[in-house]
Amino acid sequence: MEQIFFYIFAILAVASAIAVVAAKNPVHSAVYLIICFLQVAALFILLRAPFLAAAQVFIYVGAVMVLFLFAVLVLNVGKERLGEQIHHQSVIVIPAVILLLLMMGILVAKGRLTAPMGAFTEKALEKNTEVIGKMLFSKYLFPFEVVSVLLLIALIGAVALVMKEKGSQD
Amino acid sequence: MLETLNINLTAILPEILLTALALCVMALDLIMRRGASRLVLGYLSIIGLLIILPVSCVSVIDGAFYGGMVKADGFSAYFNAIFIIAAIFTILISMDYLKRVNINKGEYYYIVLFATLGMMVMAASNDLVNLYVGLELMALSFYVLVAIRTASSKSVEAALKYFVLGALSSGVLLYGISFTYGVAGTTNFTEIAFQARRVTILDPYLLLAIVFIIVGFSFKIALFPFHLWSPDTYEGAPTPIAALLSVGSKAAAFAAFMRVFLVALPVYQPHWSRIFWGLSAATMLYGSVVAISQKNIVRMLAYSSIAHAGIIMIGFLVTSDMGAAGVMYYLLVYAFMNIGAFTVVTLFIRSSGRGESIRDYRGLAVRHPWLAFVMSIFLVSLAGIPPTGGFTAKFFILSSAINAQYYWLAVIGVVSTAISLFFYAKVIFYMYLSEPDALTEGTAGGAAGGADRDLPIMSSATCNIVLVAAAVGTVLLGIYPTPFIDMAIKAVKPFFLT
Repeated sequence: MEQIFFYIFAILAVASAIAVVAAKNPVHSAVYLIICFLQVAALFILLRAPFLAAAQVFIYVGAVMVLFLFAVLVLNVGKERLGEQIHHQSVIVIPAVILLLLMMGILVAKGRLTAPMGAFTEKALEKNTEVIGKMLFSKYLFPFEVVSVLLLIALIGAVALVMKEKGSQD
Repeated sequence: MLETLNINLTAILPEILLTALALCVMALDLIMRRGASRLVLGYLSIIGLLIILPVSCVSVIDGAFYGGMVKADGFSAYFNAIFIIAAIFTILISMDYLKRVNINKGEYYYIVLFATLGMMVMAASNDLVNLYVGLELMALSFYVLVAIRTASSKSVEAALKYFVLGALSSGVLLYGISFTYGVAGTTNFTEIAFQARRVTILDPYLLLAIVFIIVGFSFKIALFPFHLWSPDTYEGAPTPIAALLSVGSKAAAFAAFMRVFLVALPVYQPHWSRIFWGLSAATMLYGSVVAISQKNIVRMLAYSSIAHAGIIMIGFLVTSDMGAAGVMYYLLVYAFMNIGAFTVVTLFIRSSGRGESIRDYRGLAVRHPWLAFVMSIFLVSLAGIPPTGGFTAKFFILSSAINAQYYWLAVIGVVSTAISLFFYAKVIFYMYLSEPDALTEGTAGGAAGGADRDLPIMSSATCNIVLVAAAVGTVLLGIYPTPFIDMAIKAVKPFFLT
């Protein structure tokens, strides 16, 4: 039963991801991206990670996509024709991508996951959010702190690149 | 999980100090008056880095910290020294460069510091998660730095190329990391190695993981099929940043490669060394052949840096302590000689765009004998001619290849070095044996080019400090390599004990 749901969500996620790239209107792309994110959130729930699913919906579907749509509206990005961007590269690219996917598929079909299951059994994950919180502030403390610096840089970088320089005008 | 957390502030002291320094510089930048010169921030960063440099060399403690995430061994100390030296040089050149291109942004200095922090986190990490976070910190800082000349469309284009390809490579790397997690059930290098020894046959998932991780880091190193961004980005980026990109980001990615493949996956050496064999051979030949036809000096240095990455790769894939130590030594020498060459290029670049072509170097020895002299030292070292560090480094790497019976790779390395001699020698030839271009001299002396000419090339003391330090370092590492190579061998010894 769960597997059926997995395939439904997975196929929908991939299909909407392809639609994001293929759609000509950027607003349509954004809507497909929302669908894709929701499917991924559903996959997280199947993986017993409700916190991640909620974060996915809040942050990506909520905040990021709203900003994205705002940017599209403010910049007034027009429709683009696919042919303008991709000239004759598709002749080479599409077979290459299909070949790559086939090779990956063969490898994945041959592979068997032999690793022992981690410490997080279904029982341990009943308090999902609590487990994540504890892990973030114990085992993953160091990368967690580095991420805070990373976000600071993202913030400063955005401001530094957008802000008009005052010093250079005199 | 909690019992092995092992919190130790001394182990991450260099990282803490560097973060504190960067935050101090940032705070100072915020309280400074808007039009005030930001040079003082550069000096503050340099003083801070000079204090952190010895600290990072001493803070070597056995064991893994923060739940097995971080290591503070000789390996990370060696790389930290490379990163900090590169950062000091970069900031010193930048102070002159920023004045020249009329950018007065304090952000520049502390983003360089944050990029260095990212590199240090990468070299010290003992876990794929930590490694990825460090990589992103470094990459994000570089995206901003490359685009910092927002008025120049070339700079923005370079940043966009770097950003799109960098984001793609990060995605590929993450995919590889997730496959690794699926196979090993952990992201910790030591535990992955334990799992790998338990199941000695190569799982197809793990093969995918290895390929993806290689691809992800190869973008950062600019190995042959993944190098496409690098010449354009180096050309468009501020020249000091191109220097830091070619030295620091490359060294960090090599440190990551060595941690992942020598610590976590040494069992599969016969498998991954074949992939690296191909990458290394292709990169060496491609880089040195394409560099010949370059007209722009920065592009030439970009391709030469691609070729160097291929040679450094040899030392890594032979999987011996000699080879791995050779990699570290090479990266140290490379920090001196490459930043030195980029310093001369930076001094030569004019806002008008002159000085970027190799032809502009004609007759440099007549006008600026000192600049021509140091530039020759760096180019001779890059070409790998004794008695410079470039020769010693190449010697260590190629002899490790021969010891490990990678004869063909050693032959390709020598051939590519011989080819590269041509384009390095061309610049030296132009500087010493060619007459200065009469036409450009004439226009430059005229009224239109007057302001351009008047910016004297030898203007800044900071650049001279870099030139002297880099030249001394290059030559010293060439004639007296023993202590440095011994340190490197001692640092990589633990990798080969198991």
